[in-house]
Amino acid sequence: MRYILLLALSTTVFFTHAQSVNKSQPEIATANPQSDNSTKHSDENNLLGLPPVPIPANNPQTPAKIELGDKLFHDKRFSVDGTVSCAKCHDERQAFTDNLVVSVGHNGLTGTRNAPTVLNAAFNKSQFWDGREPDLEGQSKQPLINPVEHGLANYEPILEIIRKDPDYPAAFQSVFEVSSEKITIDHIAKAIASFERTLVSGNSPFDRYYFKGQTDAMTDAQIRGFNLFVGQGRCVSCHTIEQDQALFTDGRFHNIGVGINQIQEDIPRLTKAFLEAKNKGGNVDVMVLSDKKSSELGRFAVTDELDQIGAFKTPTLRNVELTAPYMHDGSLKNLKDVMNHYNNGGVAKAGDRVNDFLSGGIRPLNLTDAQLEDLVAFMKALTSSKLSPKDAGPTPDQAAN
Amino acid sequence: MNTFNGNRRNFLKNAGALVLGSTLPFSLVELAFAESGQNFTFAYISDAHIQHIEGTRFVRNWDRGLIRAVAETNLLIPKPDFVIFGGDLAQLGSKAELDHGAEILSGLQGKVHHVMGEHDYYLDLGEYWEKLFGPQYHSFDYKGVHFIILNSIKTYDDWTFKRWPTNEQRMLEMAGLDNPNGSPFMVGEEQRKWLKNDLAKVNKNTPVVVFSHSPLQKIYKGWNFWTEDADQVQALLKPFKTASVIYGHVHQIQYNQIGNISFNSVMATSWPWPYPQSYAQAEQYLPKLTVPMNRADPFFDRDATGWQFINLANGRVDLNYTLYNNASRIVRYNTKKKHPEDSAYQNEDARIPPQTHY
Repeated sequence: MRYILLLALSTTVFFTHAQSVNKSQPEIATANPQSDNSTKHSDENNLLGLPPVPIPANNPQTPAKIELGDKLFHDKRFSVDGTVSCAKCHDERQAFTDNLVVSVGHNGLTGTRNAPTVLNAAFNKSQFWDGREPDLEGQSKQPLINPVEHGLANYEPILEIIRKDPDYPAAFQSVFEVSSEKITIDHIAKAIASFERTLVSGNSPFDRYYFKGQTDAMTDAQIRGFNLFVGQGRCVSCHTIEQDQALFTDGRFHNIGVGINQIQEDIPRLTKAFLEAKNKGGNVDVMVLSDKKSSELGRFAVTDELDQIGAFKTPTLRNVELTAPYMHDGSLKNLKDVMNHYNNGGVAKAGDRVNDFLSGGIRPLNLTDAQLEDLVAFMKALTSSKLSPKDAGPTPDQAAN
Repeated sequence: MNTFNGNRRNFLKNAGALVLGSTLPFSLVELAFAESGQNFTFAYISDAHIQHIEGTRFVRNWDRGLIRAVAETNLLIPKPDFVIFGGDLAQLGSKAELDHGAEILSGLQGKVHHVMGEHDYYLDLGEYWEKLFGPQYHSFDYKGVHFIILNSIKTYDDWTFKRWPTNEQRMLEMAGLDNPNGSPFMVGEEQRKWLKNDLAKVNKNTPVVVFSHSPLQKIYKGWNFWTEDADQVQALLKPFKTASVIYGHVHQIQYNQIGNISFNSVMATSWPWPYPQSYAQAEQYLPKLTVPMNRADPFFDRDATGWQFINLANGRVDLNYTLYNNASRIVRYNTKKKHPEDSAYQNEDARIPPQTHY
């Protein structure tokens, strides 16, 4: 079966299946020996459990634009050493992440943050772990000129490549009606964002259980985990589930005791130094990705607000099974570690010092090990049927049936 | 000089954030201020309600609120000139609670002045509190401002000394709300006499700022948002050109103007009033409330709590509230209208409408 992408074709929230738009996708399905088993869901709406994809009025979806964005997303030439494309860290074979602790840019340089999946990023109210860009268009422009990612000094080399390319000028002409010399980074950003808005996937066992009433869609352990998720585990307060859809994120920023715990003694010095540097014109994107400690200031780096120190955006939990390691710094290896962290009230080891700025929502949960295992099982019920891990092995979907 | 002052006020008021002056290195701002005398900043933390459970266990929620306020206060740039703790450090006045609270507050950089709250007082009538924090009422002068700290939560001697079989019961009775066995707060004759003498030595043009735990005005008697002899205390402040009263106890933002006296309340780090018991999953330590009220977000323990820093500009106070999960607020003295007002919410159409159900 083929990996199916869904296109959101207009702002009026009209969706249609569009097989084979993305030529780079089939390998993921063919690489997965289990994929045939999921065809039983192929007649179902892969958007089950998702709200309409928000499409900005100034960047409507068109098939040609999406195809162009797809190509740009995978173009390695847009980097200082010709090895880094968007897809390097957002690899479709790894659920649009890189499964690394922190991402690796040009010449092996590393940043400070774990690559979030592009899947369902279209629904985010802000982009990046600290929300420093409001939308996908803004987000897509920053890694290109970040010194530890694509490493370009400015956008000129990209525009040069595009203008001299045998195919790009015609594509930009057809999509944006611009001549070769009038192409700007904003056209590129719009095309990439349009492509990313097609990378949406719902229809997990949870969606079939919760929104379609298929009581056998989840295992007993997953159902127990779900009840903990909305109850004693307190997860749902940030990883939200609505009556008719679930994005598993509130789009807000919370200090949950990750990263910040390691720099507590440095916070007075760091906050002061960071604001001074920012005041002198320092670029937040560059500063947070090139200095590990400054990175841990989180949302504070963007807003300067004291109550955002160490706070990061709530990520979606959809397909979380496929996006290890976890948290903004990739510091937690597996989902069990994540559950333990929350169960301890925001510290890796029970009894460790809690950071002074911890969100008021985080507190010890007193869950048993069996309950934590149930929560992990539930996390695996959030994997979309149209996505599978690269490595063989039964997906929870199949295990459930 | 005015430019410097304006800069400092502007950056301090920005969202309760530690925002640096945009053009000047802050050391320069500090210098400019030292000359100007009556313009400076202090921080105000109040109503922590540190509550002992047993052994080494304290209610985590109240601990976290105070810990966070202390940590954030220490990050203010420029440093506040001093810190006021506005009372109700403890919940039931025990040594364990006062010690634990004092330990958390010891993390504060700079001088801390303490105000007595009823939760600190009614177990041993302030005896242990005095050992930790000094006299229950006193005054001090700072950069041209006369500051007064009052113990405003005393009450009739008959109630205090003759009514209760144990000190513990006396404490519990005063901690209750809507309690028919309660008694109204008052400053009392002894302190009013002292205050009169103290103020007699102060020039009437000197700005006077009074810190009390209860409002030195009468708002709601059932919850002791009230001081029985408020009118008599106000009369003593009346001859002064500029007087401000800053009080805790109410766990919410209030402001008022009575004649020449501006009234401002400060936020609590523990819980907001009014506060329903809307999230009962974990054991609750909230005082029992007779009237259930709306609560925005019961998940976040810190929601609707906060702390504040206060700019004193030419003797007037501007309160800058840091409110978790909520937009920061500033209540500033309007020199034209001659009363304090909320800088963002004063317009009817800009207000958040109250919910009509719960």
